[in-house]
Amino acid sequence: MNYGQSFRLAVKSLAASKMRSILTMLGIIIGVASVIVILSLGNGVQKMIDEQVAKLGINTIVTYTWGRGDGSTMDLDPADMYKLVEEHPDVLSGVSPYVSLQPMIRRGDEKLEKSKLYGVSEVMFNSVSRSTIDGGEKLAQGRFLSALDVARRQNVCVIGAYLAQELFEGSALGQTLSIDGNRYTVIGVLEQVQENMQEGGADDQLYIPYENALEIMGERYVTLYMFTSTSGATASAAKQVIDQYLFSYFQDPEAYYIQTMEEQANMINAMMGVAIGVLVAIAAISLLVGGIGIMNIMLVSVTERTREIGIRKSLGAKRKDIRRQFVIEAGTTSAVGGLLGIGLGYLLATGVGSLLGASLSAQMNGATFSATPTFASVAISFGVSVGIGILFGYLPANKAAKLNPIDALRYD
Amino acid sequence: MNHLIELKNVYKIYQMGEETVHALDGVNIAIDQGEFVAIVGSSGSGKSTAMNIIGCLDVPTSGSYHLGGVDVSTMDDDQQAEIRNKMLGFIFQQYNLIPKLSVLENVELPLLYAGLPADERRARAIRALERVGLAEKHKNLPSQLSGGQQQRVSIARALAGSPSVILADEPTGALDSRTGREVLGFLKKLNREGDTVVLITHDNSIAVRADRIIRLQDGKIIYDGDAHDPRAVVQPGSDGEGEEDSP
Repeated sequence: MNYGQSFRLAVKSLAASKMRSILTMLGIIIGVASVIVILSLGNGVQKMIDEQVAKLGINTIVTYTWGRGDGSTMDLDPADMYKLVEEHPDVLSGVSPYVSLQPMIRRGDEKLEKSKLYGVSEVMFNSVSRSTIDGGEKLAQGRFLSALDVARRQNVCVIGAYLAQELFEGSALGQTLSIDGNRYTVIGVLEQVQENMQEGGADDQLYIPYENALEIMGERYVTLYMFTSTSGATASAAKQVIDQYLFSYFQDPEAYYIQTMEEQANMINAMMGVAIGVLVAIAAISLLVGGIGIMNIMLVSVTERTREIGIRKSLGAKRKDIRRQFVIEAGTTSAVGGLLGIGLGYLLATGVGSLLGASLSAQMNGATFSATPTFASVAISFGVSVGIGILFGYLPANKAAKLNPIDALRYD
Repeated sequence: MNHLIELKNVYKIYQMGEETVHALDGVNIAIDQGEFVAIVGSSGSGKSTAMNIIGCLDVPTSGSYHLGGVDVSTMDDDQQAEIRNKMLGFIFQQYNLIPKLSVLENVELPLLYAGLPADERRARAIRALERVGLAEKHKNLPSQLSGGQQQRVSIARALAGSPSVILADEPTGALDSRTGREVLGFLKKLNREGDTVVLITHDNSIAVRADRIIRLQDGKIIYDGDAHDPRAVVQPGSDGEGEEDSP
């Protein structure tokens, strides 16, 4: 009935005193903006994690073994692991030892010391997705390590795009380089993963057979294995098989640790969820403060407009008419604040997101990161801000509704 | 026969600190359809209290008040609001227009609270503005009009809801004498056209423009009769001129 007029009056009075309106809405603006920024960043990280998981393959199972601590049970043989895979073809499809080190790479006069070297088996390369299971990198040229290369401990390597560029100006296949003094032949080059390649970055890497890597390191045992299950669905069954085997081997559940990709992603997501929840709760305090600000200004407004309330009542406005007018006004104020907050939050999220995205992408193998608010987070923020206005507007509105028309008419 | 306005043995008693004030002390008033009545009295005579009760802005401590045959003396806030909306049109000394609303919106207000649809509100408000000769100003804000024009807008607002009673509280108090006469002439015209007008004033020279005078003093009626009877303007004790009214 008088919704339209109440709404128009609210907009009019907001526009009439802009400074006061902005100050009133500031709490809501800041609150909504921070909620949007936090949820956007959270959403961005979530998407990045999901993307990484999808890239790595949800059928990867990481297994750490470190024995019981007395050194006596460290001698887990990679051959036993291969056997385990052969015995369970229904759930396990492969295993690769995973040995990482940072050796000295040389070619002629050029020396590189920050390259990452991974000693792996042929299982490291997924022949279906044509990419590595640890980083999802695809081959640009040549081939990956073969079972034969691994079995015969061939001095062959697959190198990252940075090394190919830096040491061989792009034509690396068949060329040789030296790893801690041993000559290796390049059999494959990986695709570039980072936009800006740099020393020590994701493209500054190479893969060699794992036993060669152990030799370079002077180690005898492999502590990290990457298993692959037959599919994402069999990952947890595969984990059980590995667990059974390792427990019978070590007789100690503390001697090893097995984690499926899904578990890892879930763990990260759960941690992220808690962190985001805490941050949103803090931001929500600002919304509460904003609501109190609106209540305060509405109380002032009721006092200022006592005479108007008296006039309206004398003309037949009932309590609910007056109450509705002020509640709509408070709701409109907070809704406008909410919209401004959403706009500000969106800008901030985009800005912070692109800054953060650049550094994250450098650290995380060229993962893409963009902080965009989900529609749901925008809708909820808007709803909450309107709700806060109505909630905190109710008390002043009720005060106005209960004014005695005689007193209100006499008020100056 | 039923009177339009009928106050029977009405008392209004306030407790002010230690003191008990009898603002209305056993008042009986009966006003019929089509009358033009002035309720006169000096400050503290009880005329404002009488106007509040007749205007359904207040309820008596005891006694009964029937408006249009309905007992309104025991109604609650919202019921009174509805009676004010349907049966009463107020004209105040300070015009009491809402400054942020246009002339048309001000006149539409009682119709808005009556729940009429927008097009009907507009049509009736324009008709009321036409009666006071201000239809062409309907888009203006009250502050863009002169005092006399603002008072005419408030008269239009009082008329818009086609009330049974027009209640004018010192309608000329804020106007110069010429504009004041115009407004009074206007009320007289409304009365000739059939509206019941109740005028509340402290000013004898204004009261005599009505057909009937009810004079209050200390909460009691001391005269009720023809406005042209010399006794109507006799002021025992005080001259009653130029004093401000207070509750």
